[in-house]
Amino acid sequence: MAHDAKLSKNLLRMKFMQRGLDAETKKQLEEEEKRIISDEHWYLDLPELKAKENNIVEEQSFVPCEDLKYGRMSFKGFNPDVEKLMVRMINDVTDEEMAIRYESLVDSMKKKYAKKRKGSAIDKDVNQNVKATIKKIFLKPQD
Amino acid sequence: MESCLKGRVGEVLLPGDVFRLARTETTISLSDPEPDPLRTQKVVCGPGLRRDGDHVVVSCKSGVLKHKQPNMYWVDSQQRRYVPAKGESVIGIITAKSGDVFKVDVGGSEQASLSYLAFEGATKRNRPNVQVGDLVYAQLIIANKDMEPELVCIDSSGRANGMGVFGAGGLLFKVSLGLVRRLLTPQNEIVKGLEKLFPCELVLGMNGRVWVRAATVQKTLIVANLLESSENMTAQQRPILFKRVADGNLQIKKEGGRERDMESE
Repeated sequence: MAHDAKLSKNLLRMKFMQRGLDAETKKQLEEEEKRIISDEHWYLDLPELKAKENNIVEEQSFVPCEDLKYGRMSFKGFNPDVEKLMVRMINDVTDEEMAIRYESLVDSMKKKYAKKRKGSAIDKDVNQNVKATIKKIFLKPQD
Repeated sequence: MESCLKGRVGEVLLPGDVFRLARTETTISLSDPEPDPLRTQKVVCGPGLRRDGDHVVVSCKSGVLKHKQPNMYWVDSQQRRYVPAKGESVIGIITAKSGDVFKVDVGGSEQASLSYLAFEGATKRNRPNVQVGDLVYAQLIIANKDMEPELVCIDSSGRANGMGVFGAGGLLFKVSLGLVRRLLTPQNEIVKGLEKLFPCELVLGMNGRVWVRAATVQKTLIVANLLESSENMTAQQRPILFKRVADGNLQIKKEGGRERDMESE
């Protein structure tokens, strides 16, 4: 009597029923679930998009075309602020300068940290015949 | 592929001219590790040229086709009407204050908007002191065909760098866009001549507005007239006029006489 009774699919799909199921029913249920999900998804029936290489770049402004300068100028010290600005706009930092600057910065920072950590890389490999550095200690003031 | 453009550099183009750039293979083959140098060559089309669909460039202004290495092409045309373009610095006139934006007249078809926060050091608490009628030197950050242009008075790092409200005691006038571009080219002869005359200050907006100031009103007028008249002067005429100004020949005469003198040049 109990064996003949069939449980509904929805009931079998519930979490707590999963343990007692045999492999085949489980598989069947999963497949059905997948089908339902894929049926519910909808998509646009469009032809596949093809990416084309674009060789034309548009530029609206004259500034990059004719290498135009910045539009504020002052002559013979009329407006010192603007004259400073003109110099700065012309002598802008180039990428190479930036790289060189940064390189030296990295170097000096390395040295700084090397000094902080006693017995560091720099002290050893740069000058190997360094005299034993005198350890700085607290000197008691004499009174 | 840009040979058809290169061949017409220096020629006059008219609106509607079409360049059919030879089409190279558009699909990228995955097996070929090194891309064909011909295919990767890009063309930058500046003002006056535009891309129309697939590899066709149509010119929409009349003028002379110019070229800059390696692959820049643009049309050099004579016009007075400004069309806002992204990244250009312009002189604007504040026309209205509405809420948190200023409306600015830059000479384009539509007024530009300028946020009150787009000034150096401005915060919600600390509003910049800008009044209707003030002149601002600002940069366009949004300039589309179908949208209201937008201005800022700071650069990407938040500094003014010469932008913002200016214009006490100077003179604003309008010249053609071509003259402004000529004045802004590096090592320009007109600017070099002006440099030697007397202390003065210039602000050049890409929208054709020029603002000048010198020690006195008379000197300001001289600079303004020099710039206006240098628009239609040849390279030989210009130094003669500059020399006369430098010698003070124009200043001795009465105001009216000077004006007539300048025009007769």
